Amino acid sequence: MSKLFSITEEPISIEQTVSLVSSRNAGAINTFIGTVREFTKGKRTLYLEYQAYAAMAEAKLAEIGQEINQKWPETKTAITHRVGKLDIEDIAVVIAVSSPHRGDSYEASRYAIERIKEIVPIWKKEHWEDGEEWIGNQLETKSYRKGTPSEEDLI
Amino acid sequence: MNKILFFAALQEKAGKESIELDVSGKSVKQVKEFVAQEYGLAKINESMTAINEEFAASDDVIQENDVIAFIPPVSGG
Repeated sequence: MSKLFSITEEPISIEQTVSLVSSRNAGAINTFIGTVREFTKGKRTLYLEYQAYAAMAEAKLAEIGQEINQKWPETKTAITHRVGKLDIEDIAVVIAVSSPHRGDSYEASRYAIERIKEIVPIWKKEHWEDGEEWIGNQLETKSYRKGTPSEEDLI
Repeated sequence: MNKILFFAALQEKAGKESIELDVSGKSVKQVKEFVAQEYGLAKINESMTAINEEFAASDDVIQENDVIAFIPPVSGG
């Protein structure tokens, strides 16, 4: 797992992702850890299933890294996203950004997670006590179930 | 020949991860219409399309051996 931008079926090592961006020029490393939440708008998730178009997803993660380099020069970014079955509290994604000064790494880290939700071909399927559903967009307000979204989905 | 990949809800609906079809010379829009009808995948209209792992426009034309993927709205992170 030494690639800067990777999709993995294994549990993610935060330390390994962080070590990929470690640099003598860095004065800060910002880490974002995305985890599996149990309750979304009152509804209990049992577990999640993530699927990716792995080759394209890794290319798009690398593209986000390039965007970050243009916006915040001298930063270094690494992103690891897990796929497969994930339990509550499991780590789904780790983003690490190093930069000479702390401000850039904070901003770039936030930028990376928002871009992941826009352009990277990764999907999650929610498994609840009473059903399952592929989630349709990053706002978690749209789904693919037949008919209209439930009241709860629209909140 | 072209390989067409399905993911997430589209994959479940289609009942398979991919199909092989010769669609070279057709536009992305035409392929979408054909696949939507042939496999009952109305939701394909909400999907983006990738050709050889890069997002494509609806009037882009498929070439021989291109790999096409239908990308439903993403939900990673």
